[in-house]
Amino acid sequence: MNFLEIFKVSLEAILSNKVRSGLTMLGVIIGVMAVILLVSIGEGAKAYITQELTGLGTNLLIITPGKTTTKGGFHPPSAGTVRKLTYDDSLALKRRAWLLSDAVPIVIGTGSIKFQNKGRDTMIIGTSPEFERVRNLYVETGSFVTQGHVDSKEKVIVLGRKVKDELFGIENALGKVVTVSDARYRVVGVMHKKGMSLGWDVDDVVFLPVTSGQELFDTDSLFEILASTPRSEDTERAISQIKDILIRRHAHKEDFTIQTQGAMLETMNTILNVLTAVLGGIAGISLLVGGIGIMNIMLVSVRERIREIGIRKAIGARNRDIMAQFMIEAVTLSGVGGIIGILLGVGIAFLIPLFVTVLPTSVSLWSIVTAFSFSMAVGVFFGVYPARKAALQDPITALRYE
Amino acid sequence: MIKLQNISKNYRMGEVEICALCGVDLDVASGDLIAIMGPSGSGKSTLMNVLGCLDRPTSGRYLFEDREISAMSDDELAHVRNAKIGFVFQSFNLLPRFTALKNVEMPLVYSGVSSQARTERAVPVMEKVGLGDRMYHKPTELSGGQQQRVAIARALVNNPPLLLADEPTGNLDSRSGAEILNILVNLHQQGVTIIIVTHDPNIAARCKRIITLKDGGIISNETVP
Repeated sequence: MNFLEIFKVSLEAILSNKVRSGLTMLGVIIGVMAVILLVSIGEGAKAYITQELTGLGTNLLIITPGKTTTKGGFHPPSAGTVRKLTYDDSLALKRRAWLLSDAVPIVIGTGSIKFQNKGRDTMIIGTSPEFERVRNLYVETGSFVTQGHVDSKEKVIVLGRKVKDELFGIENALGKVVTVSDARYRVVGVMHKKGMSLGWDVDDVVFLPVTSGQELFDTDSLFEILASTPRSEDTERAISQIKDILIRRHAHKEDFTIQTQGAMLETMNTILNVLTAVLGGIAGISLLVGGIGIMNIMLVSVRERIREIGIRKAIGARNRDIMAQFMIEAVTLSGVGGIIGILLGVGIAFLIPLFVTVLPTSVSLWSIVTAFSFSMAVGVFFGVYPARKAALQDPITALRYE
Repeated sequence: MIKLQNISKNYRMGEVEICALCGVDLDVASGDLIAIMGPSGSGKSTLMNVLGCLDRPTSGRYLFEDREISAMSDDELAHVRNAKIGFVFQSFNLLPRFTALKNVEMPLVYSGVSSQARTERAVPVMEKVGLGDRMYHKPTELSGGQQQRVAIARALVNNPPLLLADEPTGNLDSRSGAEILNILVNLHQQGVTIIIVTHDPNIAARCKRIITLKDGGIISNETVP
């Protein structure tokens, strides 16, 4: 008896009980669908983070005060800073680290911005002209902070799109004077609309010259220095150059941390890989439950057809023919369920971003292949016991079975 | 053709062991037509199961066409049942999901005959038992006599030398029963060896030999004149 014959017999048995077969398959369908869907959400998040981090600007190096031993990741600035990073540090890097294209000083704080009777609490960033280029954020009207503004500690301000809209509406903001914590600043530029990036609203922010920012926050230190290298191959050498320069300036102590974009990406990917694995694992459990459903139905099916098994044995079916018949039935149930599950999973994964924009998905081939092979394996694993039970029926008892 | 030597079949019922067959000796010659009679519980069915290679005897030798059946593996027994023996049961034992033709083709499936060749071989056999116009009916759409004829066609499709019929007319009215008996007698005249288990003396009267069992042993073995 060849494979195709047994397959036809199994298929007929499945089709003769459509509702039951369908319900049995549902377990596998949901399982496979869940695996593909959840993995695609995990992968989508990874792709999103990668894209956003790369979108920060190319080959970014972030220098923060304080030495941390962990590599990469986000962490608050260390409290036990021996020596702060200063504006002069950033100037020294810009002057002497020839592998760097830019070294941008950053101070960050929050404050209340007022214009006439309107006000808004927002994030204030003090920086230098190169910020535009390094972070890929550009001014739309007017100008960004210039070197002249920085040098003369001028009280000028560049508004993020949302801040401008909130305070001025459709009015022109350029040249107007706004108040930040009782100090008056002249608006010189308005930024392009950029939207959300990594959960941070890039439009809800204002920029000052770094020197004015330090004055506003009453500090002589920097929050961080953003540096960038023109070529990614130079990253390692650029790091050692930064270290050389800063260690010499900081009394021969390495009291700062340099993070690369790659390291941040790696950390995020590690976290998201774990997340994806956990999601996939949970979905895998539901696939396992689907497999138990198949075993259950196959046991019922064997019991129902004991007489058929007896008849088939009496006319010459060998044990392995009976075994194959029920095995193929189980594997067909799980296989067809797997295919339907894949189609539904992939379909829904493509539909989700259309309706829920914050949930990016990415369907990967490996998740499809894994889910399908797993569903087939479930069919084989949970089919063996019922099929063996069928094959080992004693023909006489089976023939007499009512 | 068949030689049973001192065949016993024992069943364990709790503490006691009961012999359903107790040292049966039997020779069946090729072309024989034998009726096996006896009261319920005399061992008729057990003897049929042993003869049909569905059951293994507890002890004794069973030679089928000079081959030792008692020593065969499950797969080899399946092959003998498939190629050498045709079964006809009291309760027909057709598969209700399949058409009459598919039921008749079934043994050929397990002999590895291709789908087309199966139909080519099954159709003439169905015509031979007078069911040429009922081939695509399901068993439930057929009368008892027709169902039993499908079962006979299924038993014959592989041209086995031996046909075993276990009370083939037991579930039929007398007219259908007579038809079935006529078919069996015809087959015997064409050279098939047939063994029929029956309660009906009228059937036994048309056989060449009547074997009577009682308490697991043969008490008479007489040739009908």
